[in-house]
Amino acid sequence: MRIENREALDKRRKEAKEAMKRPAHRILVCAGTGCLAGGSAKIYDRFSELAAGRDDVSVEFGAEIAHAEVKRSGCHGFCEMGPLVRIEPKNYLYVKVKEEDCDEIFETSIQNDLPVERLLYEADGVKYETQEKIPFYEKQTRLVLKNCGHIDAENIDEYLAVGGYQALEKALFELTPQAVVEEISESNLRGRGGGGFQTGYKWKQVARQKEADKYIVCNGDEGDPGAFMDRSVMEGDPHKMLEGMMIAGYAVGAQNGYIYVRAEYPLAISRLKLAIAQAEEAGLLGDRILGTDFSFRVHINRGAGAFVCGEGSALTASIEGERGMPRTKPPRTVEQGLFAKPTVLNNVETYANVPMIINAGAAWYRTIGTEGSPGTKAFALTGSVKNTGLIEVPMGTNLRKIVYDIGGGVKNDVPFKAVQIGGPSGGCLVTSNLEVALDFDSLKKLNAMIGSGGLVVMDENTCMVEVARFFMNFTQNESCGKCVPCREGTKRMLDILEDIVAGKGTKESLQTLEELGEAITNTALCGLGKSAALPVLSTLRNFREEYLDHVEKKCCKTGTCQALMQYKIKPDLCKGCSKCARNCPVSAISGKIKEPFVIDQGLCIKCGSCLDNCPFGAIVKES
Amino acid sequence: MLEQSYYDKADEIISQHGTVQRFLIPIIQDIQSYYRYLPPELLSYVAKRLGINEAKAYSVATFYENFSFEAKGKYVIRVCDGTACHVRKSTAILDQIYKETGLGKGRHTTDDMLFTLETVSCLGACGLAPVLTVNDVVHPAMTPEKVHELFEELRGAKG
Repeated sequence: MRIENREALDKRRKEAKEAMKRPAHRILVCAGTGCLAGGSAKIYDRFSELAAGRDDVSVEFGAEIAHAEVKRSGCHGFCEMGPLVRIEPKNYLYVKVKEEDCDEIFETSIQNDLPVERLLYEADGVKYETQEKIPFYEKQTRLVLKNCGHIDAENIDEYLAVGGYQALEKALFELTPQAVVEEISESNLRGRGGGGFQTGYKWKQVARQKEADKYIVCNGDEGDPGAFMDRSVMEGDPHKMLEGMMIAGYAVGAQNGYIYVRAEYPLAISRLKLAIAQAEEAGLLGDRILGTDFSFRVHINRGAGAFVCGEGSALTASIEGERGMPRTKPPRTVEQGLFAKPTVLNNVETYANVPMIINAGAAWYRTIGTEGSPGTKAFALTGSVKNTGLIEVPMGTNLRKIVYDIGGGVKNDVPFKAVQIGGPSGGCLVTSNLEVALDFDSLKKLNAMIGSGGLVVMDENTCMVEVARFFMNFTQNESCGKCVPCREGTKRMLDILEDIVAGKGTKESLQTLEELGEAITNTALCGLGKSAALPVLSTLRNFREEYLDHVEKKCCKTGTCQALMQYKIKPDLCKGCSKCARNCPVSAISGKIKEPFVIDQGLCIKCGSCLDNCPFGAIVKES
Repeated sequence: MLEQSYYDKADEIISQHGTVQRFLIPIIQDIQSYYRYLPPELLSYVAKRLGINEAKAYSVATFYENFSFEAKGKYVIRVCDGTACHVRKSTAILDQIYKETGLGKGRHTTDDMLFTLETVSCLGACGLAPVLTVNDVVHPAMTPEKVHELFEELRGAKG
């Protein structure tokens, strides 16, 4: 039903609150990508069956009986432990739930309000009854991700019930567009997509353009390997992002918004489509929103597999139906962006910050985080860390707290080596950086950047040269080919890195890498090219010894680089059965039956088939 | 020359969007998701309908990795080789798939049109690394053994 004015919105919100309050018990089954893959759909089905039976019971026992309601909620951000199930009102959180567990959960937690001990999250011998008490969550500050996992992402009424669209209402009825821009400027909100550009300044520039047509574009082309924050917002709380875009539209005088989502996120696309349809039906999107003069529409564009489209001008070109290639600036996007009209381009997380700033005010927002970078930042914590998943912490939180307090430390208690921050455009932070407060400015000083917020933890067994090669391979693949430094330079850098991991590098290679890296950084056309060399330069600076080991000693201490490995047969363990020799594809192994065999290192191609086939474990891989 | 039904389908998809250039990508995305590849003849046809030249349409379609002018197999397997998956040994997963299918660098689809193999940079499910998808269904925390089981299962389901 269309909401025609403020009073009607208030009424709808009250009804939504009532509707959300009614059930005494709620079973929340996580329907995020991770948990779905773990089989949460079946769990949802089973609980639905159980809850359906419960309705019959409630008839028998009278009207007051509690009934459970199953919801499809967004990502709880605890992907490693999925599928997750949460039971309200006690907030019991169950991890790694299987279909078979549903009956017991229903019996114990719904009928008797007690926890099912064996399904609780356990760490270091302590069991945690609720999500809020688990260190992974307790040490976080969830503002942007507040609703994710707590409301039904496919139901606009739940968003309304928790205060959704209040900021839009406030902006439309109580604030002038100028006042909105002022408030955002005052908050010093900085773009969460990587650069950290001031959002308010961007809006101000677009607002003052005289053009009649202006656009709001949301960059949901989260392509950095190791990053999935924006996905979680789009899937778990799509309306929050839409609300942020609408407020931006009102503030700068735009009538249309475009969301560019990568094709690899089908659930995000369908949730956003549904959210848009529901908002249109409710009169929160479309013509004369809430009976005011403000009209705004949102369109979705699916990406088609080009990383470079995360760059602003490439993204707008892609929406226009062109090749997604960056162009030279100026003119800047704020003057001539999408369809050559003034355009506000922000990423998902940035828009999701907007409603709370309008609701609670810039002064409040500035109390969170650091002076130069207020607010929180969502990070995707992955790699060799005990707890992986989505986290949100105030800007200025140090790396130690993230890796050890929230992440629970390095997996298998192997010593920490580095964190790669900001994906293929970022750099690595090492042990001596553990105490550094992470924000836009402090990272810049360390020649790293927040980027989109991917944090990949690496332990001692990770080869940094191979990591650098991996990122260069990525960038080289994704280079759009428009400018020479990026197209050719990254290719040459990759060639050199491939030589190094293949044992063919020289000490001069390292110098060439540095020279190329600096040249690309200084001359590439777009932000992606300019930052392409950062992972290599950063690892060269922090782990030069490791590079030298590769080029001088031809050795990879972590045992990662295959070509630098040697397979050897331990004479004391070898029974001389000849199985390895028979399996060797290049006949590099020889010996007499019942006597220890030997591998000819000159012939060995390091395929590892001998190691896989030895029945006695006599073959070892050494660096 | 394609059968008429292909052009009818293209017309149907075009009518859902519109005949201006900004709909080029959504239109060919829909065509591809229907046929599981983009028949080159239809790209030319769409270009004509949108009033843009063929070279333009071709330049756009070849720029984006998702478009394929070759027919894909019944099961499109995408192996993630993003940072998190790479760190958690996605290479071993890929090698196992090569073993299972006989595919390799430069050969993406099996002759029986059953499997198409692609690698992607990140599926956004890093917490479940290493992952792969089969026709968009996520298979988490893969091991070479699980890959083998998966192929047994897919091969079994084909009849």
